[in-house]
Amino acid sequence: MYHAPTELNDALRTLSEEGGQVVAGGTDVYPSAKQGKMPTHFLDLTRISGLGGISHHQDSIRIGATATWTDVIKSDLPAAFDALKQAAREVGSVQIQNSGTIAGNLCNASPAADGVPPLLALDASVELTSMTRGSRRCPLSEFITGVRQTTLLPDELLTAILVPPPPVEMGSAFEKLGSRRYLVISISMTAAMVSCDDTGKIEQARIAIGACSPVALRMPLLEASLIGQTPKDVTIDPDLFASLTPIDDVRGSTEFRLDVVVEQCARAVKRAANL
Amino acid sequence: MNNRAGIKGTTFHLDGTQVEGFPVPGARLSEMLREQLGARDVKIGCNAGDCGACTVLIDGDPVCACLTPAQQVDGKRVETLRGLQRDDATAQVLGESFQDHGAAQCGICTPGMLVSAVALLRGTPNPTDVQVQDALGGVLCRCTGYRKIIDAVVGTKPITENTPGNIGDAIRRVDGLGKVSGVEAFGDDVAPPGTLEIFIIRSPYPRAKFTLGDLDAYGAQEGIAAVLTAKDITGKNAFGVIPQFVDQPVFAETETRFRGEAVAAVVGTPEVIGVLDPDTFPVQWTELPPISDVKSAQRPDAKQLHDGRSNNVMCGGFVQRGDAETALAGADVVVEGHFQSGFVEHAYIEPEAGFAEIVDGRVEVHACTQAPVMDLEALEVILGMDRSQIRIVPTGVGGGFGAKLDITVQPYLALAALKTGKPVRLAYSREESMQSSTKRHPSDIQLRIGASKSGEVTGFDFYGEFDTGAYASWGPTVAIRVPVHASGPYKIADYRAESKGIHTNNPPAGAFRGFGVPQSAIAQESLFDVLAEKLGIDALEFRIKNALENGASTVCGQVFSQGVGIKACFESLRSAWVAEREMAAEINAQNSKIKRGVGVAGGWYGCGNTSLPNPSTIKSGVLADGTVILHQGAMDIGQGANTVIAQIFATALGVPVGSVKIVGPDTDVTPDAGKTSASRQTYVSGNAARMSGETLRSLILEKINVAADAKMEFDAGRLIATDTGGSHTIDLASMEQDGDGFIFRAEETYDPPTKPLDANGQGAPYAQFGYAAHLAVVEVDTALGTTKAIKFVAAHDVGKAINPMLVEGQVHGGIAQGLGMALMEEYLPGRTENLHDYLIPTIGDIPPIETIIIEETDAHGPYGAKGLGEHVLIPTAPAILNAIYNAVGVRVTKVPATPSKLRAGIKAGPQ
Ligand SMILES: Cc1cc2nc3c(=O)[nH]c(=O)nc-3n(C[C@H](O)[C@H](O)[C@H](O)COP(=O)(O)OP(=O)(O)OC[C@H]3O[C@@H](n4cnc5c(N)ncnc54)[C@H](O)[C@@H]3O)c2cc1C
Ligand code: FES
Ligand code: FES
Repeated sequence: MYHAPTELNDALRTLSEEGGQVVAGGTDVYPSAKQGKMPTHFLDLTRISGLGGISHHQDSIRIGATATWTDVIKSDLPAAFDALKQAAREVGSVQIQNSGTIAGNLCNASPAADGVPPLLALDASVELTSMTRGSRRCPLSEFITGVRQTTLLPDELLTAILVPPPPVEMGSAFEKLGSRRYLVISISMTAAMVSCDDTGKIEQARIAIGACSPVALRMPLLEASLIGQTPKDVTIDPDLFASLTPIDDVRGSTEFRLDVVVEQCARAVKRAANL
Repeated sequence: MNNRAGIKGTTFHLDGTQVEGFPVPGARLSEMLREQLGARDVKIGCNAGDCGACTVLIDGDPVCACLTPAQQVDGKRVETLRGLQRDDATAQVLGESFQDHGAAQCGICTPGMLVSAVALLRGTPNPTDVQVQDALGGVLCRCTGYRKIIDAVVGTKPITENTPGNIGDAIRRVDGLGKVSGVEAFGDDVAPPGTLEIFIIRSPYPRAKFTLGDLDAYGAQEGIAAVLTAKDITGKNAFGVIPQFVDQPVFAETETRFRGEAVAAVVGTPEVIGVLDPDTFPVQWTELPPISDVKSAQRPDAKQLHDGRSNNVMCGGFVQRGDAETALAGADVVVEGHFQSGFVEHAYIEPEAGFAEIVDGRVEVHACTQAPVMDLEALEVILGMDRSQIRIVPTGVGGGFGAKLDITVQPYLALAALKTGKPVRLAYSREESMQSSTKRHPSDIQLRIGASKSGEVTGFDFYGEFDTGAYASWGPTVAIRVPVHASGPYKIADYRAESKGIHTNNPPAGAFRGFGVPQSAIAQESLFDVLAEKLGIDALEFRIKNALENGASTVCGQVFSQGVGIKACFESLRSAWVAEREMAAEINAQNSKIKRGVGVAGGWYGCGNTSLPNPSTIKSGVLADGTVILHQGAMDIGQGANTVIAQIFATALGVPVGSVKIVGPDTDVTPDAGKTSASRQTYVSGNAARMSGETLRSLILEKINVAADAKMEFDAGRLIATDTGGSHTIDLASMEQDGDGFIFRAEETYDPPTKPLDANGQGAPYAQFGYAAHLAVVEVDTALGTTKAIKFVAAHDVGKAINPMLVEGQVHGGIAQGLGMALMEEYLPGRTENLHDYLIPTIGDIPPIETIIIEETDAHGPYGAKGLGEHVLIPTAPAILNAIYNAVGVRVTKVPATPSKLRAGIKAGPQ
């Protein structure tokens, strides 16, 4: 069966009663489909009313479950979202950006998911909804638990990504390293959000790093070390990256990832501070 | 509405018409469009979002049809290339522009490119280069090097001109319209929907024993028409491209020798094959320890892959001239190095595909190929049938670059059609294409070069081992070509070069643009820079000083009295070399992290088979209605043979190219013009075409009795020849026709004059060489280890540019492949078997390329022309590596120079 409900309730009921492969943009579902092992039941989210788009609320900015990378790029968002927008522009290609959703990116839980570091820096949480238990909120940092693992339960849908209104004074930037210009999975990536005081010293800093650990991580020690520094001459202490455990694969060695990510951080911080 | 299977209809607008499809749950939009709604202009290159060939517009936005659930388009507006070309003015202008720029070579990426570009131009009518790159970044092209595509979309002034298309004229491709309008049929585009399909069961291990289970029970399942194994082979279960090395089974019999080797094939309805789970096929595998590199393959205890090839040495090549050892001992300066490269995948965007049917008891195979007659000869043996019972009809070829010289889908198609008596089709998935097709040979090269203080190369000692994988394929050709070419285009009196092809349990390595020469060029051209630096001589001047010249002997003792254009190539780079170096120095003085470097490298390549016959035959004729027919048997795989051969023929006949009608390389009707390899088509088939045209012309002139320089015109059933004596008309319709309907006919064969090589590799291996020199400018981000190409200047001696637009196209495409090899490409069986992990350059990775055409005419070439197809990538990788060294002082000796590798080198400090 191919279900493409227009109401969230119908979708949730189908999910809890029949299960099936949830699909939004399909940009992870299809590439990972193995010959002869494609599911036969699908639940398509893209027609559900109220699940798309990006909306501004008192206590949050809400990215709907079916909002695509292109929707993010085209939305009018505060400067703290620049990192997310830059990440969106670097996801695959225009084709992928037009179909792929941020929610799918999070649910797919790849260590190299470009959406995760910017959203971690934004202190985002996810809204998970089921038919029987209604909605719950989960900080993004707790939602993704491992390589392709999340706390999403079988009867739940991720209905929105919720971002608390970020401090207006914070700028942000995203740095992605890949072996070619387009269509490339990150070797490592960094999202930085910073604001500076009147004297140009960093006052607030948030850093998140992806592709260097099973789950992208915020870097609290590193963030603390940035406070009081001037972005132009920022120094990044490599010892503060101990929480990272990058893998050694065809894209790059462990040593290489640990090495370049330091530089990436410095560049992201500078760009986040509009340098 | 529901269809018979109870599937709900999906109703939408396809190119302006309301249509309804009935996709099964989970069907891809691409599948529904192609198989249910006839939109075969939507191409499938990967089924994974990686190539963009399937791009369509949904409500105006480009998406990958292969990633879109078919049901998602219900109620929406879908646009594909065919509809856009028919109805959309922007698309039509763009289609013209693509043709003017040669932006479509093989054309398989063209639908994706054009559709994406239309979406861009609707919102941004006058885009910048960068905007075009951003918009087309999701579509891969393996042929063009992208710059012509950018030019076509931006709308820069093209170099094509509207001329009669004589030699030297930069005319559009004669077959371009089908490519830009989405009507050219490639391998998977010819089978009618609903045709039986084939699924091949392949080894999941590099080496394994296997036993097949109850195939009868398996084959008795609903929807399965046949199961094929080695037992079903009616002839010999063996193929190979070189007669003495026919060693590859169509189906392995008891043991597989590489990951992806076929053991069986299931033939069934599309419904069954589409969901066939290979794990349910009755085969039991016992994994065996594989040999995975050339060193362990040669150990005394290593398992021997093939009888008679002890130590797993398939064969070797050897060239010796003078006394390299003594020369090196006496040299003022000696440098040496160890260079390595890995498997490189051809990564044509069209996976191998085809269709077969039985017609009047004969088997007809329609498939993408570079060598139709070789396919026929291979099938003759495998099927055990007389060749008169087999017909090969090549389809459009979505890129080949060497790997479509070997048979791929053909035997499975023919066997399945014969066994079932029904039409069958087969298209490899990207993964099986990558697993089972041949690759560029990995190389392991030791090289020592000596020079005198004054900068003359005095001694050269080369030893290279090449991983030829599980089967020979074109390995012997690589082994023989490398020692002949390893010197590069230089005068080297004391020379020794030895190569070996070694078997491993890796994929078979075969022909890939350059047959091993790009690998040896990396070693030689890198060490030339090391040598020049040690001697304190400018790297370009050092090459010019040692460059081969007319009258000088090659390392094979061959002396060309004419046609040696390498010096001119290098000299043409001088001004750019000086200017770019100055600019780099300026930039580097101001930047600490980004460092710019300039590198140069040369190359040469012998056109045609090495010391072996490789004739081409071209037939032509004039029909009673005045149509001039050219039987053009040289496979056009995107490089432009259809156009070049037609231009040569038309020039010889003395008519505009537009009045020539091409009949393609169907083995029933067109004589053998040989394989599309070894950069031989312009030269060898071109000569046959020239001779055919000349003969036809003289027959006509004789018949009408006019002067040799008479002007000819064909006009509905009449031939008008005009010379100083006036106009003479003959009525063709009243004349006698031969069996082909020809009033006049000519069939000519050309085979290059070569001489065998003796035990020391001395002789005349090729009748002509082509020459090339590239200058590369790169910027290295020293903190991240990334390399960005900034610019190329490429000088090529092509003898005579039959079509300068096509020359540029080859140069651009070759450079893109060379750049991929230098910076990002490495095929690792089991790890990079898709276009997600195996990275080829995208439209954002290729910088502007300036092409300098050198025309040092060749006495043997048609109108002086030389081959070009492979030359174009030989100097690229070493030029880039030399530029990287120039930028950061790191000598990368193992390609690809990934960020990881380069950064490690930078951290280790200058060498
Ligand atoms: C060629 C290519 C290039 C790519 N490049 C990048 C890149 O550069 N960076 C990057 O980060 N990613 C990249 N991706 C991955 C991909 O595009 C993203 O992860 C995408 O955002 C996933 O969204 P989707 O809507 O397509 O997900 P889908 O494929 O539809 O779904 C993905 C998974 O999430 C589940 N899911 C989706 N939505 C929900 C929901 N609301 N609730 C519960 N479960 C849900 C699905 O069941 C499925 O398991 C690339 C993919 C391709 C094909
Ligand atoms: S076939 Fe769809 S992206 Fe390659
Ligand atoms: S023309 Fe682009 S892939 Fe051949």
